[in-house]
Amino acid sequence: MSLREVSTASDLREFYDVLIIGAGPAGMTAALEASAAGARVAVLDENPRPGGQIYRDITRNRPERKSYLGPDYWKGKQLAEVFDRSTIDYAPRATVWSLEGPDETVAKVRNVVGVTVGGSARMIEADAVVLATGAQERPMPVPGWTLQRVMTAGAAQIALKAAGAMPSEPIVLAGCGPLLYLLASQLIDAGVSDLTVLDTAQSTFRMSVLRHMPEFLRSPYVLKGIRLLFKVKCQACVVSGVRSIAITGTERAEGVRFTTAGGEQAIPASSVLLHQGVIPSTNLTNAAGCELRWNDEQRAFEPVTDNEGRSSRQGIYVAGDGSGIAGAQAAEVSGRIAALAALCDLGLVSVTAVAARLKPLHKQARRFLRGRAFLDVLYTPRPSFLAPLNPETVVCRCEEITVRKIREAIALRPPGPNQLKTFLRCGMGQCQGRLCAATVTEIMAEERKVSPGDVGTYRLRSPVKPVRLAELAHLPHTPRALKAVTGRDAVDHDTNETGHISCPDTDIASCGQVQRRRPTSAGSSLTMMASTWKGRPVSS
Amino acid sequence: MLKRLNRIEHLVQFSFDGTVVQAEQGDMLAIALLAAGIDHVRQSVVSGSPRGPYCLMGVCFECLVTVDGVQNRQACMVEVEDGMTVLSQKGAPAILGLEASEEGMVP
Repeated sequence: MSLREVSTASDLREFYDVLIIGAGPAGMTAALEASAAGARVAVLDENPRPGGQIYRDITRNRPERKSYLGPDYWKGKQLAEVFDRSTIDYAPRATVWSLEGPDETVAKVRNVVGVTVGGSARMIEADAVVLATGAQERPMPVPGWTLQRVMTAGAAQIALKAAGAMPSEPIVLAGCGPLLYLLASQLIDAGVSDLTVLDTAQSTFRMSVLRHMPEFLRSPYVLKGIRLLFKVKCQACVVSGVRSIAITGTERAEGVRFTTAGGEQAIPASSVLLHQGVIPSTNLTNAAGCELRWNDEQRAFEPVTDNEGRSSRQGIYVAGDGSGIAGAQAAEVSGRIAALAALCDLGLVSVTAVAARLKPLHKQARRFLRGRAFLDVLYTPRPSFLAPLNPETVVCRCEEITVRKIREAIALRPPGPNQLKTFLRCGMGQCQGRLCAATVTEIMAEERKVSPGDVGTYRLRSPVKPVRLAELAHLPHTPRALKAVTGRDAVDHDTNETGHISCPDTDIASCGQVQRRRPTSAGSSLTMMASTWKGRPVSS
Repeated sequence: MLKRLNRIEHLVQFSFDGTVVQAEQGDMLAIALLAAGIDHVRQSVVSGSPRGPYCLMGVCFECLVTVDGVQNRQACMVEVEDGMTVLSQKGAPAILGLEASEEGMVP
């Protein structure tokens, strides 16, 4: 018995008891827990191999890379091996673009997930959906951050894990947060010789930080953290107290200008890596209508969940960093907890059996959370990096909207970020607001002198990832939907029994040249829609 | 902007704007391009400014390229394949004979 790898959408079942999105630590443990209870389980993941970003490519990594990737990364190997021996349906290279909860008004009792695997789309039903979509890096908008050879620190770490590749030197690593020093340490172990760390963190000696110190001193992070800081400070050039940075260069990064209390300096760079912490990836949770709340210590929106990962929407559960940043070990535990909650709600495992399993898991979770609050508050980015002051800094990379334009539009008093979108197209580009949402909220909160929680964030809609119109056209459609689009009754159209439109020669790759034999059918209307869409992904 | 710490073991070759690029089997396209010294993959659709891969995990959509005729593929989410044809993207594509101007799309 082993994992059933699914490479085309048609090989997925129509229905699963528990459908898990993401194959990082939380997704893998959730799947194992649900599968052990006898549930029909599938894991949909965007990457070609399990592990998520934290254990990226752990299943095929070479032992010689252990020397620089470190033992924490290698811990993922065991979990990935257990996952590989399970009997779960696992769809790698799967893009989930929609999630709709049950809707009693149309007699829809289950969650429906829109997914593309192997170039074809499918709608899959599930009683329970566990979102284990992980985290993304908090955007760090500084002058020049759109230049080539500027990447996130996370990107450099992915290149190191996935391909054993290191950025060209001299490397400037700028920002704050635990990952900054972890990456610096990994680059040192991989043999880097010209590395400058520009630490933008605020002072440790703040009341808000010190009050979390006693708890931190009892946490598993203390020794590791001190060792890491010491090593990086001895072996790289570390500049603390950096208050502003600007990346210089015309097409690609050539250097970094930065200021400290001592004044301004400029250093050359061949690669610039930015990082100021990680925030939950909430695109799918947000689009599914799950309620979000502002976490002031982590300075990010996260889905509202109960202790067992239940979101505000029935049948949708959130596990791992996607429900609040807590790290890989905590994610493993929260994946199990969310799966048990789902199994209990579905009646697949008895309440008493679940309660007995949950008790030790909650205890573990508390242990992994110890010391987090200290790190969160210590590494809260400086206000000027959250809501940039320089008016020419680009905030929305896709639509190239600057701080100046955003502040000018806020002065016109739009009610919130959603209306700002319509003023500026900020957040309406191909990344769908992933790289500007946090900054827009921060700028608006600063201008209005209120909490970012009161400002809110973009309301997202499916599809949350680009999906080709040809794929949508090939999905089964209800007679009502066909009538809405074409103005004709469904009997007029080439629909087969399952409601699929017969549209054999629609292909977006050549949509401009598609010729329909009978240009009056529903298929051709959809083909025409596809042909007017060129160059840009479908976005909300 | 990336350099490999190990030599390529299982060679895969693809073309980028007509140039042959060598990569390791299983590499993601964006990483393979950066490791081959290619850090320019497209011009932005608004101002035409040069862009390269930024997040390498499917979030930023900066690495959009045309792969085997399909536009707007995220290079960081596509695995390299032998014989793949990859093209950079240059600004906003023309739509049905319209041209981009400062006022928007004009015939």
